[in-house]
Amino acid sequence: MRSDTILNDAARGSSDPRQRRPIPAWVATTALLLPTYGWLTLAVLLPLLTMFVFSFMSATPMGKTPIVFTLKHYRAFIDQPYLINIAWTSLVIGFWTTLLCAVFGFLAAVALARATVGRMRETLLVLLLLPFWTNGLVRVFSWTMVLRENGFLDGVVHMLLPDIGSVSFLYTRYAIVLGLVHGYLPYMILTCYIALSTIDDAIIEAAASLGARWWTILLRILLPLAAPGLISGAVLTFVPVIGSFMEPRILGGKVGVTMGTVIEDQFTQAFNWPLGAALSFTLLAVVLAIFATFSGVLRRGTTA
Amino acid sequence: MRQLGRIYLLAILFFLYTPILVMMAMGFNESQLYELPFSFSTRWYVALMDNQQLLKAGMNSIIIAVITAVIATCLGTMASIALSRRTFRGKSLLQLLLLPPIAIPWLITGTAMLVFFYWSGIGRGMHALLIGHVALAIPYVVLVVGTGFNTIRADLEEAAMSLGSTPIHAFFAVTLPLLFPSILGAALFAFAVSLDQFVISYFLATPGYSTLPVQIYSAIRKGFTPEINAISTLLLLGSMAAILIFARFAKPGDVSDKR
Repeated sequence: MRSDTILNDAARGSSDPRQRRPIPAWVATTALLLPTYGWLTLAVLLPLLTMFVFSFMSATPMGKTPIVFTLKHYRAFIDQPYLINIAWTSLVIGFWTTLLCAVFGFLAAVALARATVGRMRETLLVLLLLPFWTNGLVRVFSWTMVLRENGFLDGVVHMLLPDIGSVSFLYTRYAIVLGLVHGYLPYMILTCYIALSTIDDAIIEAAASLGARWWTILLRILLPLAAPGLISGAVLTFVPVIGSFMEPRILGGKVGVTMGTVIEDQFTQAFNWPLGAALSFTLLAVVLAIFATFSGVLRRGTTA
Repeated sequence: MRQLGRIYLLAILFFLYTPILVMMAMGFNESQLYELPFSFSTRWYVALMDNQQLLKAGMNSIIIAVITAVIATCLGTMASIALSRRTFRGKSLLQLLLLPPIAIPWLITGTAMLVFFYWSGIGRGMHALLIGHVALAIPYVVLVVGTGFNTIRADLEEAAMSLGSTPIHAFFAVTLPLLFPSILGAALFAFAVSLDQFVISYFLATPGYSTLPVQIYSAIRKGFTPEINAISTLLLLGSMAAILIFARFAKPGDVSDKR
C-alpha cells in the first residue's frame, strides 16, 4: 500500500513537477455561480416565497392579533366586486397601450429597416431607444407639463385656434394610456426591428419584381415574418403595464385606480399586507400564464 | 416610400422627445406656476443648491448606483463565465432563474422584498436598497457580458493553454482583456438601471433614507415647483450619458431582453 502511494506520488512528480493539482471543474463552476444565485435567492426568490405565505394570513403580523391561515384574501374578487371593475380597467389600459405600441412600433421598425441605411440607421436606433433607458418616473412627470391646463398642448393649440377652450386631458384614462405608450414604444420598436433585420432583402425584391404593391409586401411578408418580435414586444409591454402604479397615479389622478395602485395601497396606506400579497400573487399568476402561453415565441423572438 | 418612412420616424422622435424637452425647458422658466410666456431664469437651479433633501437623495442615488454597478458587475461576470464557457447539468434552469428580476413587474418584486425584509429582520434603508438594486442589475450584466463572450473565440484561450498557460492565467491574460469592453459596458448599464430604479426603492426607502426618484415621486404627489424639473433634468442627462457611453462599448441592438 505504502509503496503504491509513494510510486504514484513519484510518478506525478516526475511528469511535471510544477503542475499543481487542478481544481475540479464542478468546484470552479459552483464558485462562479454561487454569489449570483445566492444573491438572487435572498433578494427575489425568498421574498416571493415569503409573500406567498403572507397571502394566506388573516392579518398583517405586526400587532398582537393572533394569525390564522385563511384563503379569504384570494376570495377578494368575489367578496369585493369593485375589484373586478378595477381589474377590468387594468386590462383595458393594458390592451390599448399594447395595441397602440404594436401598430406604431411595428411601422417605425419597418421604416427603420427599409428607409434608412448605415450610420443614419444606427443614430436613429440609438435616439429611439435612448428615452427608454432614462427615468420612467421623470418621463411620466414630463407629460403632466404637456397635458395640464395651460400646459404645452394648450399653448400650441391656442396659438393655432385661439377661440377653443382647454384641450387638457390630464387626469383621464387617455392620459394614462398616452404616458404608457410613450414609455413602452421604444421597446416594441426594438423587438420588431430585431425580427425585421433578419429578413432577407431578396424576398422583398422578388415580391416587388413580381408586381406586389407596398401594402402587400407590408401585410403579407413583413408582418408575418416580424410576428415573433411583435408578440414578444406585446408580451413585454402588457406585463409591466398591468402591474404599473406610478403612471396611473400621476397621469390619472382620481380616475387612475388600477390593480397596481390597489396593491400599492395595501402596502403603503391600508397596511393590509396579506390582501396586497394575495392580489400580487393573483397578478403574478396572470403574468406567468401569459409568459407560459408565449414562451416558445418569446424564446425565438429574443434570440433571433 | 423611403421619404415617407423617414418623415414617420421623425414624427415618432418628436413624440418621444417633446415632453422631455418641455419638462427640461420649464426648469429654466421663471414662473413658479409654469406660466407662459417663457422667461429664461436659472433661479430653480440656484434654489436646488439649497434644497438639502433633494441633494442628499441625489447623493444617495449616485452612491447606491456606483456600489450596485461594482457588485453586480463582479457577480454577474463570474456567473457569465460559468454560463458561457462551461457545460453542466441544470444550466437552462439557472438561465431561466435570471428572468424573474427582469420579467416580473417590479411592483410584485418590490412588495415581496418589503414583506421578506420586514419579516426576516433585514429591514429597510440603504442595505435593503442595495440588495434589491444588485438583484435587478445582475441579469442585465450576465446578458451583456454573455453577448461579449459570444464574440470572443473560445479557441484563443485553448491556444494559450496548449502553449503552457494555466486556465486561470489564460483567462486573465487572454479572455479578460478581450472581454473588457463588455464588462465596462455592463457596469455602466448596471449603474443606469440602479440610477433609474424607482419602484423597488419606493418600497424599501425609509423617511430618513431615500433616493432621488423616490423624492421626486413624493414631490409630484404633494405639489411641486420647477425645482423638480431642474433635478429631473440633471437625472435624465446623467442616465443618458451613461447609456450613450454604454452604446459605444456594446451595440444597443444586442441587448434584446430589457424592459
